[in-house]
Amino acid sequence: MLEVALGRRRFMTYLLGVPALAVATRITFDAVAPDAAAAALPSAPSVEEMFDIGEALVVASAPTMPLVKLEIGEDGVARMGVPRIEMGQGITTALGMLIAEELDLRMDQVEVTCADARPELVLNQMTAGSSTIRAFYDPVRVLAATARARMLAAAAVEWGLPVGSLTTSGGSVTSDDGRTATFGELSRPAADPALQVGAVVPKAASDHKIVGTPVRRVDALDIVTGRKRFTMDLQVPGALPTMIRRAPTWNGTFRSLANRGAIEAMPGVLAVATIPSGVAVVAETFEQARAAVCAVDATFSAGPVPNESNDSIMQKLKKAALPFAAPALGAVTVEASYEWPSASHAFLETECAIADVRPGGAEIWSGFQAPIVAQQKIAVELGLPQKAVKAHVVPCGGGFGRRVFFDTAMEAALISKAVGKPIKLMWHRTDDMRHGRCRPANVQNFRATLVAGQVATLEQRVCGVSTDYRHGLGEILTATATALPEGAKQAVANDAFGQAVFLTFVASPYNFGVYDKRQTELSLGIPTSSYRSVPNQTARGSEEMFVDEIAERLGVDPVEFRRSTLKSERTRAVLDAVVDAGDWGRRMPTGFAQGIGVHVESRSHTAALIELDCRDPKNPLVTKAVMAVDVGKVINPLGLEAQMQGGLAEAISLTLKAGLHVVDGLPLEGSYSQYHFARQKDFPSDLEIIIMPSHDGPLGGAGEVGSSAPTGAIANAYARATGVRPRTFPINHPIDFDPFPPGQLPPPAFPEG
Amino acid sequence: MPVYGFTLNGNPVTVDAPEDLPLLWALRDKLGVTGPKYGCGINVCKACTSFLDGEDIRPCSVKVSAAEGREVTTIEGLADGDKLHPVQEAWLEYDVAQCGYCQPGQIMAAVALLKRTSSPTDEDIRAIENVCRCGTYFRIREAIMSAAEKMS
Repeated sequence: MLEVALGRRRFMTYLLGVPALAVATRITFDAVAPDAAAAALPSAPSVEEMFDIGEALVVASAPTMPLVKLEIGEDGVARMGVPRIEMGQGITTALGMLIAEELDLRMDQVEVTCADARPELVLNQMTAGSSTIRAFYDPVRVLAATARARMLAAAAVEWGLPVGSLTTSGGSVTSDDGRTATFGELSRPAADPALQVGAVVPKAASDHKIVGTPVRRVDALDIVTGRKRFTMDLQVPGALPTMIRRAPTWNGTFRSLANRGAIEAMPGVLAVATIPSGVAVVAETFEQARAAVCAVDATFSAGPVPNESNDSIMQKLKKAALPFAAPALGAVTVEASYEWPSASHAFLETECAIADVRPGGAEIWSGFQAPIVAQQKIAVELGLPQKAVKAHVVPCGGGFGRRVFFDTAMEAALISKAVGKPIKLMWHRTDDMRHGRCRPANVQNFRATLVAGQVATLEQRVCGVSTDYRHGLGEILTATATALPEGAKQAVANDAFGQAVFLTFVASPYNFGVYDKRQTELSLGIPTSSYRSVPNQTARGSEEMFVDEIAERLGVDPVEFRRSTLKSERTRAVLDAVVDAGDWGRRMPTGFAQGIGVHVESRSHTAALIELDCRDPKNPLVTKAVMAVDVGKVINPLGLEAQMQGGLAEAISLTLKAGLHVVDGLPLEGSYSQYHFARQKDFPSDLEIIIMPSHDGPLGGAGEVGSSAPTGAIANAYARATGVRPRTFPINHPIDFDPFPPGQLPPPAFPEG
Repeated sequence: MPVYGFTLNGNPVTVDAPEDLPLLWALRDKLGVTGPKYGCGINVCKACTSFLDGEDIRPCSVKVSAAEGREVTTIEGLADGDKLHPVQEAWLEYDVAQCGYCQPGQIMAAVALLKRTSSPTDEDIRAIENVCRCGTYFRIREAIMSAAEKMS
């Protein structure tokens, strides 16, 4: 049952329950069957290959998919409030394409917006796991096809003509004798519940005119003219600029404020409030709030990790990593370990939220990836019924996983309640980098046993600071456990939650005999969150480096080794594509090298060939990148290409130069001058993204699959260029700056320098 | 509080603000002009890049008093009415943006570069420091090259 609203009428289209249910129960098994032709020792299918995190999200979304609506009113525009957030990944464009396709509309006749929190959707409002298109591809096409069928049926009745003599185009129905009516005009008669509508079948892929073609972003004009409104750009009446003085250590909590009167007397300051995370200052402008926050004289609890540093955290992780099962057998054993420090999501739009809390209800605006959980928890904290809290989902300036949490919205609600005014809370960049939930540090240990020139066993032992998943993903995995194939159910049900996420996210694309991946997590109390591709970029990126080490031990070319051990023809095809386009093996000058990597995630396959200029090993430069991607079905090649470019930016940054230095329980990095996320000079000007043609394989994800293959490829190129295998990341990670004093927020850089 | 007057995107405005209020907050908090984005507050992310008398500046690190009597142009004032600047057109043509947050600053930085040189070199483009966390750098490069060609 799906709901279509036309004109002022809404109705339930019962026949549509079938496709929604079909989506719920369709589990894909791509790449599970070992390839009989492979020369390597086959590995049993992993949990991820049977049931990946995206499927969990698709299955969890299906039961309430009927509550998602498509509306066409008298203006003829097709509107959908999608219960997901646009973070730059292009879902509003891709979903708009699906709607325009089925309704034969132009893109400017479709509007896809981000729906407010809708608790009745239960588990169907979390943007994660590269699953939006996987979850909505069928339901949205059926909705739009149904709306079109009703338009045709209404026109047929009006004109006394058979439906077969009518066509749709550009928002109108036209008869073969030349009569036309717009969707707007037809929206009333099309809404007649008595209208007879035949079977609704979305278009065959071969008939697609929009889907599969490059379509530019629907918000592009607003972006280039400065009209796109992010949370802090919203003009909520009376909402006042607010900042917070935070603890000098991670998760330290507020204890006392010594100079409230002095702060209240500072220029522009309008109110001061204390909340568990610190001292909030409400002011006329953000700069006045910042200046006042710096003058705050407050004490905080030390928090759970006041003495931890990168080294001490890594020592604990190494100690806690599970041992290998296979014995070390000298010459036939290959071992390596790779260390990754904490990393900052560092989205350009810092953490922010607007809150207007009144005695009987509250309104919150923020970039929510999981708005329902946010709404529930904020309501509890405010002592309000859930329905009395409106959580508006505002398209955000990058999410990369951290906006599944809603710490900032919660803070904003508490502050607004305390001061009795609407407020706009913005984190300073320094706080965003230091106190924003980070990607957890982790160590990746590998051991492989080689027998007769083949990999007989490969074990991966991951130990990381625990990733916080208390944002609803736990409920989703629990709720979908019954849908799991038996083998996966056992693994997921028996293991701790972090292991379940790990196993449903990470799979190795190779036949390496007995394959065993295990993750352990240490709960240290560090504020953490998922980061784009969650365990993959470090777990699979490291494995791609280890695969090169095995190939070297076997004396085989890394590309040949991968070709002979990959499980899936699809992975082999993307590998071959980059090898051909990138001219693998071409002669490189001294100090330069090529590197290769492949990756499979969210049912999509990628490969990357990187050329690295390592003449200065302290400043390696990616000079060329060739990537290939197979997502099964391409909705928008332009958007897919953008996601691969984004994945490459992640890989360049996290592999070569971006990481946090934790000292005494706080990262030192406080701005982009210190946290070295890639800039224009770090990005290759020679770049080719190869998009494999659509086929009948399962629909794959696009948002996260792009970072792991280039991660491996960059490190492998570095090893080939320098003869040194990198073991700690980012490869170059000096403290090349003067850290801001803990708790302080740097002043403007007058005069501009 | 002192009152400062300047021309903002072609229109005279006045703002009542402390002398050392960064222009960014005068624009955003007092005048409701939100195209220039906050990303760092210390002139390192460059997301707020705008023009003062035609020269590119980072309003997060320029005092409002410095704008007195001068012309401030933000991304909102770049187009000539409905006619987009060639750099904006190129941004659309190459579908540069992802989240879009840094793009007003990227566009203004590109316009500034093309004011300095009509045929930017690879090094000129590599010198642009504006951070794009989504990784749109390649399309930014393509768009700048295309705009340069069309403008010359």
